[in-house]
Formats: sequence, structure tokens, C-alpha cells
Amino acid sequence: MSAPARAPQAADLVGHPIGLLAELTHRCPLRCPYCSNPLELERRDAELDTATWKRVLSEAAALGVLHIHLSGGEPTARPDLVELTAHCAREGLYSNLITSGIGRAGTMIDALYDAGLDHVQLSVQGATVDTADRIGGYKGGHVAKLAFARRVVELGLPLTLNAVIHRGNIHEVEEIIALAVALKAKRLEVAHTQYYGWAYVNRAALMPERAEVDRSIALVEEARRRLEGVLVIDMVIPDYYARYPKPCTGGWGRKTLNVTPTGKVLPCHASESIPGLEFWTVREHGLADIWRHNPAFNAYRGTDWMPEPCRSCERRELDFGGCRCQAMALLGDAAATDPACSRSPFHARMEALATAEAGGVAPDYIYRTIGGAPAPQPAETLS
Amino acid sequence: MIAAETDVPRLPRGVKLKYDAVRQRHVLLAPERAFNIDAIAAAVLALVDGQRDCGAIVDALAAQYDEKREVIAGDVLAMIGDLIARRVIER
Repeated sequence: MSAPARAPQAADLVGHPIGLLAELTHRCPLRCPYCSNPLELERRDAELDTATWKRVLSEAAALGVLHIHLSGGEPTARPDLVELTAHCAREGLYSNLITSGIGRAGTMIDALYDAGLDHVQLSVQGATVDTADRIGGYKGGHVAKLAFARRVVELGLPLTLNAVIHRGNIHEVEEIIALAVALKAKRLEVAHTQYYGWAYVNRAALMPERAEVDRSIALVEEARRRLEGVLVIDMVIPDYYARYPKPCTGGWGRKTLNVTPTGKVLPCHASESIPGLEFWTVREHGLADIWRHNPAFNAYRGTDWMPEPCRSCERRELDFGGCRCQAMALLGDAAATDPACSRSPFHARMEALATAEAGGVAPDYIYRTIGGAPAPQPAETLS
Repeated sequence: MIAAETDVPRLPRGVKLKYDAVRQRHVLLAPERAFNIDAIAAAVLALVDGQRDCGAIVDALAAQYDEKREVIAGDVLAMIGDLIARRVIER
């Protein structure tokens, strides 16, 4: 068989993933209006069983995954979490618990420690009870989190605090940094909201003003210098105000994968928002087969799919064209340059949209609830 | 950050040196991070046991490698200091 020489195709670019986000359940006691879960939340009876999750974790280890992020929803809502954590340890996988710290988390943490858990990432919604409990939609949540954090540190587990930042708590960034130090966290993620799923429908309630964003970035930069060797602070910049887009998940199908509660495998947690992609499930396929051969994983792999201005851009392998889901949401075209990029012809409109929403009166939150997804919004496109 | 010869470094819970069989290299796994470890860094980390101080680690490497102690000390104290600043190594 003779074939003409051809450019490398996506399938040639398949490497080994380093991280797997295991969304064990969508159930969660908190109702954060920026939740990264999809609007259509899965119910308990549709979730994968323990044996299937163990098989997926073993397949992940064989595929080269190093870190398993045990997430949700609230992952401690699953009674088999201790068993799954022990399975990660047996497979040599680094286990990271991503938790709200409330519900069953407090009663489960000692057993998770004994099972070999490596790290805890705890969400905080603010630095004060009033702010945090209003955002999380759960009275008593913040106080429960503080008790949970103290137990994690007492056990000797490394603790990261994750704070999603938006106009409802951006005035508390300084206090959140102080809280992380007081709780003896090693890391803090100051993560400006990314507008997908629930955060997208709540965007006008969440978008901060540019000046507040700049102030929060300056505070973080000052704290990084002051707290070297005490607290590592990672920051996610709000991309509506950014110059370059974030390299979403380090490039589509390049470094990470995500398994939903029902077993669908996605390049990132929001990728189901792109119509026309069919995502294979671990009920029917092995993980390596999906990673390599599911057309959805190859759809935006590498750089061949890129339009201009990405295709000839010197940053194409730094930010990989930005986020496909954001291009879909804002432009109606998942293959377009992410409008977060200043080289996108639609970037100025995106920034103007953010400025207008941030300057307006904040509407009430649409809290995240199972079965409570708002009706589909009219397509809002910048194009 | 530069470590001192008197610092006693250790790998705390949640930091693991692992041989990655798929990529055939050593990696240092830490919260939300994985560091690729070359042969020299692996030799240093193999001596980080929570008992030896940095001076003793430098001595052990100086006995093992054909290089001046002060050169090895410079590299080792910078590497360990960097990992302390990133809260990967404790002292």
C-alpha cells in the first residue's frame, strides 16, 4: 500500500495523560452558583459502581496517569471513597481529595488518611461566615470547613485551600490569604471564576470589576513575596480581562481526562457543552481505547484543527488556542480562537460584556441544584 | 531560597519519589505537581531522609562524585532551597 506523505494527524500526537479527574458523584450539600459541574446533574442511581471505578483507576495507572483527583460534587457522599482511595494507593496513584469539607467529610477523613490519601484540597467560599455561607447556600458550612481543615493538618496531611473568586468575595482576598496561613495550609488557589455551566448562567452576578481584579492580583503578588516558604499561592486570572487565553487543561486530549459520575470520559469537565461530540463511556470501552481512539478526544488535539490567527501564532503550543468550550459558548463555534485572546477579533466585545455586567446591579444567584437547571439561555454570541 | 548546611530536609506526607514505568523516569509527586527528576536530582533526593542535614548530604555526594565539594554544595543547597520555597520539602 502506498500513501502520500501526510502531515502528522491527531492520532500521532497521543501522549500519556498525567491527571484524571474522577467526578464520583454530582451530589453535594453546597449549592455554589459557580459550580463546575454541568447544568444537568446526574442522580445517584445513574452513578458507576465501586468495581467499575476500581477498574478505571487501574486502567488509568497503566495509561500513565500520576495524579487522581477524587472529586464530585462532594466525593465523600460516596461510602466507597475509602475503598477507592486505598485502591489508588495500591496502584501507586497519587490521590487528591477535592472536597467541601462538610457532610460526611469530617467523619471520613481519618479513614481516608489510613487508606493512604496523599493530599486534601478544601474549597472555601469566603473568609467570613456570612459571605461564605451565603455563597455556598448552606448555613453552618464555613464553620464545619474550619474544623475539617484543622483535622486534616493535625493528621499531617498536606492541605490546599481553593477559593473561587468573584464579585461576591473579591473584597476578602486578603483575609482568605490570612485564613490559609492560620489554618497552616501549604497551598492556596486564588481561582478567579471560569464562566462555564453554572457560572455562565450566573455570570452577571459573579463578574467583578476590572479594578477589583487588578487589586486582587497585586495582593496575591505581594503575599507571594512575603510568604515564601510558608504558603504557595497559585492564581487563575479571570480570562474575560486577560491578554492571552488559558491553555485549557494544557491542550485538548494532551494531559488530562475527566470521568463523569455515569462513566463518560471527557477531555475537560465542560466539554459536553460542545454539540456534535460523542463521548465514549467506561462501561463500554477501556480507558486507553477512549484516550487514543474516541473521535471526541482527537477533535481538537494538536494544532491541525486550528484556524487563524492561532494556526500561525507563535503561542499555538503555549495556549493551544485557549478554551474550546468558551469559543462555543461565546461564538457558537468550538473551533474558533478563544475570544479571551487579545488576537481574537471578538476580544474587545468580550471585555465590554464583562465590564457592562460588572458595572450593573448584581442579580440574585441561581443556586446549583440537581434537577434545577435553568431553561436554556438564548444563544448569546459575540460574533 | 538557598538551604543552609545545617537544615535537615525531609519529604513530608503527600510528597513521593516514584519510578514512572510508563515514561521510564523518576518523578517527584507533590500536591497538584509532578517534577521530572534527572539522575543527579534523584541521587540528592535519595539522601533526603529526615536524618541527615544538608552538609552530610553534600559530603556523601562529594565522596561519590568527582567534583569539588563547594560546587556540589552550591547545586544541592539551591535545589533543596527551591523545593523548600515551593513547600515540597520540609526542614
